Amino acid sequence: MTKSSNPDGLGQQLWKFFASVKLSVVILLSLAVTSIIGTVIPQNQNPVLYQQKFGDVLFKIFNALDIFDMYHSWWFRLLLFLLTVNIIVCSANRLKATWKIIFPKKTTYRADRFRKAKNRWTWTAGDSPENLKNAYAPWLAKRYSRYTEETSENGYLLFGEKGRWTRLGVYAVHLSIIFMVAGSLTGSILGFDGYVNIPEGKATDTIFLQNQQSEIKLDFEIKCNDFEFTLYEDSGMPKEYRSSLAIIRDNQTVAEKDIVVNDPLRFEGINIFQSSYGKMPATELNVTFTETASGLIYNKEATMGAPIEMPGNAGTLIVEDFRPNFSFRGVNLTNVFLCRLMPTEGEPRHIMIPADFPRFDAMRQGDFVISIADADFKYYTGLQVTKDPGVPLVYAGFLFMIIGCYITFFMFHQQVYVEITAAGGKTTVTTAGISAKSRPGMTAVTRRLSRQLQKRA
Amino acid sequence: MTSSEIFSIITFIYGLATLLYAVSWIFKKVLPGKLAVAVTAVAVVGNLTGIILRWIESYEMGIGHAPLSNLYESLIFFAMTIAVIHLFIEYRYKHRFIGVVASPIPFLIMAYASLPKVNDAIQPLIPALQSNWLIAHVMTCFVGYAAFAIAFGVSLMFLFKPADSPEGSGVVSRIPDFDILDDLTHQMVMFGFLFLTIGIITGAIWANQAWGRYWGWDPKETWSLITWLIYASLLHARLMRGWQGKKIAILSCVGFCAVIFTYFGVNLLPGLHSYQ
Ligand code: HEM
Repeated sequence: MTKSSNPDGLGQQLWKFFASVKLSVVILLSLAVTSIIGTVIPQNQNPVLYQQKFGDVLFKIFNALDIFDMYHSWWFRLLLFLLTVNIIVCSANRLKATWKIIFPKKTTYRADRFRKAKNRWTWTAGDSPENLKNAYAPWLAKRYSRYTEETSENGYLLFGEKGRWTRLGVYAVHLSIIFMVAGSLTGSILGFDGYVNIPEGKATDTIFLQNQQSEIKLDFEIKCNDFEFTLYEDSGMPKEYRSSLAIIRDNQTVAEKDIVVNDPLRFEGINIFQSSYGKMPATELNVTFTETASGLIYNKEATMGAPIEMPGNAGTLIVEDFRPNFSFRGVNLTNVFLCRLMPTEGEPRHIMIPADFPRFDAMRQGDFVISIADADFKYYTGLQVTKDPGVPLVYAGFLFMIIGCYITFFMFHQQVYVEITAAGGKTTVTTAGISAKSRPGMTAVTRRLSRQLQKRA
Repeated sequence: MTSSEIFSIITFIYGLATLLYAVSWIFKKVLPGKLAVAVTAVAVVGNLTGIILRWIESYEMGIGHAPLSNLYESLIFFAMTIAVIHLFIEYRYKHRFIGVVASPIPFLIMAYASLPKVNDAIQPLIPALQSNWLIAHVMTCFVGYAAFAIAFGVSLMFLFKPADSPEGSGVVSRIPDFDILDDLTHQMVMFGFLFLTIGIITGAIWANQAWGRYWGWDPKETWSLITWLIYASLLHARLMRGWQGKKIAILSCVGFCAVIFTYFGVNLLPGLHSYQ
């Protein structure tokens, strides 16, 4: 490759590529379009579900493209990265020129620029140019941070200007995006997002990470003293979930708080949120076997997960699991124990025992009807435990974004001039205004100016 | 009178305003136009009264909260905001052109809100909604949506206006100059963008307060971001690439489709915005 066909080095070419607003528009629209995918295909679900839904081939393609966790995929992150580089390069590229405009060495006003302006208003006044100038000057000087006047052949030229600094607004907006990106990176590297279920009266220092099969040990224990939920009387809708929590370190309570949704406990940078709740049975269960033939009743103590001998050498039973809600042939059952029955003769089988329906197991038509009565239930509170040191950065970004948008949209650099000329015994006054990027608001500004001045004289 | 009765009445008042605007537009009459402005103002006052009354009623039921907590209440607030912005523009531009496209929107929204499938009962707040951020979030989002709705109406005018319309040739010729329409679209988009931005941000702060994350890519959040990105593209195309007129009008229509989808369509998608 000869030098002439490639006048710019690679670095310069890259710089040019990233300094273009065309690229920003393309990236912004690409982000908008690709974001749709994740709202149409539910994210982070069990792979088996996806395989069923899409079939093998599509599943493999989607999986390779990280479609099932697309907001964390390499290509989505690449788009965000390009956006950030684009903003930085663009801003760096322009800041120097903008700076020169905001802080000029000296300012000059050329009347012919205003004479060509679109926003012009002219009227005749009865007073002399001299008097008019004296009436207008203090008014203009008060409203415009820079005010100068010149004498022309047969009159005066007054110039007012303000809002140069508002050109910085757009940099605040773009900077805010960099703050947000930095904040979210900080959060994902130094923070975590976990959950833990704690039964009433119990404490733990281990939490489980969301979306990952790992756990974290905290350097304190979270204890749930009490969990309560209340319903609205009339509608039965949930009113409040409240957990009384204590933070315990070296056997001492170092913090205590009742948390509800929207009011978490914050302790040493770790936040504990009320997120769910549930019911679990006490470990000691009372299992009742009623012999179908004789009606005789046998009671046995059981613990979850441990086998118990059934009466009359019929086999063993394990209470394996508990579900507060369980759907059985379309009927929603509450407080269901899932058990495994291993008869002395025959195949092992799974059976369910709803605590609230003691005769349910009769349907099975076995030698015994099994029920679990008077089970003691306990509530557990479901807590979300997070740490995100990036939040202050993100919130700073939020603030810059709002302030910057306001400045960019509703304030602008404006220059106005008032030309006062004596002609044939009368005085003509002309106002005109120019603004950066010919802002539409400038018409209104100039119109208001002319009205105000006409009121003065 | 109860707030529901007021809302049924103002639905008709909004309808009447729409009719008057149409009459004044088609027959080039000034009087119906002036009446239309007055009628719209009456509707706004009624709308606001209804909202305040509903607020009081919720306290009387012992479940007091600002009436901004469900679809029905958001629709009512939305309708009022559009009418307020519409009146403000007529005042600023001293021109009654916008009523023809702006006044049917509150009417249609109120009519939709009175359909039986929209639950109009005053419901208690579930725990996730018990936050002051809810009020800030809903209000700012809907002010933003309202401005986008008007930008959409104005963009439609722009797109339907024939390029060279000789004076007096039918109704479309009464559409104001391209410049005014283009300018107004831009103003409304900037205004809406600021409020949508604040709306998304207050939503993020609220989510961080309630669930410990400021952004979770749930469909509603994502669609509001998509909307934001579309309008951000529009603003950049306009400010930096000098796009004007038709292209901007089309982008503004696309943006409003995204608004509508964020508002209604998201419920059709798998997974739900946790607080609805
Ligand atoms: C969402 C992410 C955004 C990206 C990727 C982005 C990117 C860019 C880029 C690359 C430029 C051209 C370079 C420059 O002039 O500095 C630019 C210009 C501009 N952007 Fe953005 N921007 C974003 C958000 C915004 C927002 C939210 C606003 C609204 C306030 C905004 C307003 C502007 C303006 C007014 C300019 C022209 C700047 C000038 O005249 O110097 N940008 N943007």
